[in-house]
Amino acid sequence: MKSVILQTATRYMHPILLLFSVFLLLRGHYLPGGGFVGGLVASIAFVLHSIAYGTQQTLKILHFNPLSFITAGLALATLSMFLPVFFGYPVMTGLWLNQPFPVVGLVGSSLFFDMGVYFVVVGVVLTILFTISLESH
Amino acid sequence: MISHIIIAPVLVHLFTAIVLLAFWEKILAHRIISIVGSLLGLIISVRLFTRVLNGPILTMNAANWDAPFGIVFVGDLMSTTFVLLTSIVALAVSIYSATGVSKGRIRYGYFPIFHFLILGLNGAFLTGDIFNLYVWFEVIIISSFVLLTIGGRKPQLEGAVKYMTLNILASTFFLTGIAILYGITGTLNIADLSQKILLVEKRAIVNMTAMFFVIGFGIKSALFPLYFWLPSSYHTPPSAVAAVFGGLLTKVGIYGFLRVFTLIFIPDDFIQLLLMGIGVMTIITGSFGAVIKNNLRRIFSYLILCHLGFVIGGLALFTEIAFIGLIFYLIHDIIIKSNLFLMAGLIRQLRGSMDLSRLGGIYGQYPKISLMMAVVLFSLAGIPPLSGFWPKIYLFDAGYQSSNYFFICGIIIGSFITLYLMAKIWSEVFWKDPKEEANSLDHFAPMPLFRKALLVFPIAFLAGVTLMIGLNAEFIIQVASKIAGEMADPTPYIEAVLVK
Repeated sequence: MKSVILQTATRYMHPILLLFSVFLLLRGHYLPGGGFVGGLVASIAFVLHSIAYGTQQTLKILHFNPLSFITAGLALATLSMFLPVFFGYPVMTGLWLNQPFPVVGLVGSSLFFDMGVYFVVVGVVLTILFTISLESH
Repeated sequence: MISHIIIAPVLVHLFTAIVLLAFWEKILAHRIISIVGSLLGLIISVRLFTRVLNGPILTMNAANWDAPFGIVFVGDLMSTTFVLLTSIVALAVSIYSATGVSKGRIRYGYFPIFHFLILGLNGAFLTGDIFNLYVWFEVIIISSFVLLTIGGRKPQLEGAVKYMTLNILASTFFLTGIAILYGITGTLNIADLSQKILLVEKRAIVNMTAMFFVIGFGIKSALFPLYFWLPSSYHTPPSAVAAVFGGLLTKVGIYGFLRVFTLIFIPDDFIQLLLMGIGVMTIITGSFGAVIKNNLRRIFSYLILCHLGFVIGGLALFTEIAFIGLIFYLIHDIIIKSNLFLMAGLIRQLRGSMDLSRLGGIYGQYPKISLMMAVVLFSLAGIPPLSGFWPKIYLFDAGYQSSNYFFICGIIIGSFITLYLMAKIWSEVFWKDPKEEANSLDHFAPMPLFRKALLVFPIAFLAGVTLMIGLNAEFIIQVASKIAGEMADPTPYIEAVLVK
């Protein structure tokens, strides 16, 4: 299905959705949002792209196999979970930097955990959907 | 005492699974990493076990939230013993899987999922929070769905549907029970619950909640009358998977029973009677079910049920001697049930079948392997001085002391039928002259020596552990007595969790 309208819309929607997903990820610690929702929005961006241009094209702009997002995300989440042990705290304790970063705000180990969740969700959703769409063709 | 390392047995398997995911589709790397990860897990579990055996109960407040509010992990002797047994089985199964699981299954992520399953088991044994226990149960059942269906053969899917339906039902009951428990006490920490449940005035609600847990754990550990999913699903997956399922999955349900009914719901007469009825009926249905089956793995599946009845009956007696008996029995049972399924897998490699009528003559052809298996079969039947014998003395003793002859009859029937089945398996599989076509299906003889060793070593390893449990029974009885002491008097557990 090639539709010029959808392709043109996707060209605008794709970056906006990705930016929005990062916004959701960053505000997620105290406000609604977070890695899971952010990850879902980011995967919607790629799913939209694959509907407009075809799954092969989307895999090309992703550069990596969706499965490796799961690995990377899990590794990031596990490391941020394990990091406090080196500072003498129990696993999963939140460690925070004293100075807030511009735009992002206070950065702590829980942000990296959330980023891990974000990548796992992107990886899982894209793996499932792309497997189905590649098999049906 | 606070210790940050008690979560290590969980983290090791998590790291292993992540490394395995990074080596996707590299089969040789998967085999090696899995064995190394399981070996590391075993070393850590042994260290944790010896620390708890000679020292105080260890706790860890996850995310540094204090005990009744945050999730607490508790390593008392019961938890660490189960973690140790899990790690022993995990190592054996990792090694066996290196040749016992087909390349196709490994390519679709058998090993990462296997480590997620072990991670879930370790987490369930270590957590001190009832909702967290539910979460670990979910980790376990999701991993086990994948392990059960991976490969996608038709009988596998059929078994998985039954398994999945019943287990989701069990989780729902368990979750409902937790919700009611939280509603009436306002806490989820097991140690805290143990104190607050005493303050609840309406005892009827407490007993009703206990029933939710009986049904939830009862389905998961396959007790009468909720057992039928087990024999109809455990004979379908590869033998390595069946070994983990048979040895460990049902035991998590039993672990739930032991925790909940010694810390939260102290059984009154009605619950004792109910558990005793369930226990003895499980023994009887399990053993009679096993008698009529002709497939090795189906026989072993029914024997799992039969022997879980011993444990639940022991819990129903609720005396310290009964606790010693049932803990010893669990230690013996986890190792031996895993080994039985591995043996069934090896026998299938030797003869291409697991049907009693098509097997035979293994003793004549492979005398050493047969003798090794004989040790396991004799231990299961409980021939002195092997490992199945000792716990039964304690269970008998406890039964006589409480004059519960119903339970004693149950144990006698169960043990007798187990003995009969072992004799039947020995004569049918090992002694009887084989049918002519059987030898042509031998996949084992043409294998290179290294692959043969990978198949036989885990069975020998677990048989060695079983032999050690039997011959070194004094040490196991010491451990079991200490665990029984913890179960009979939970004050040290509660203090370790709540008092700083």
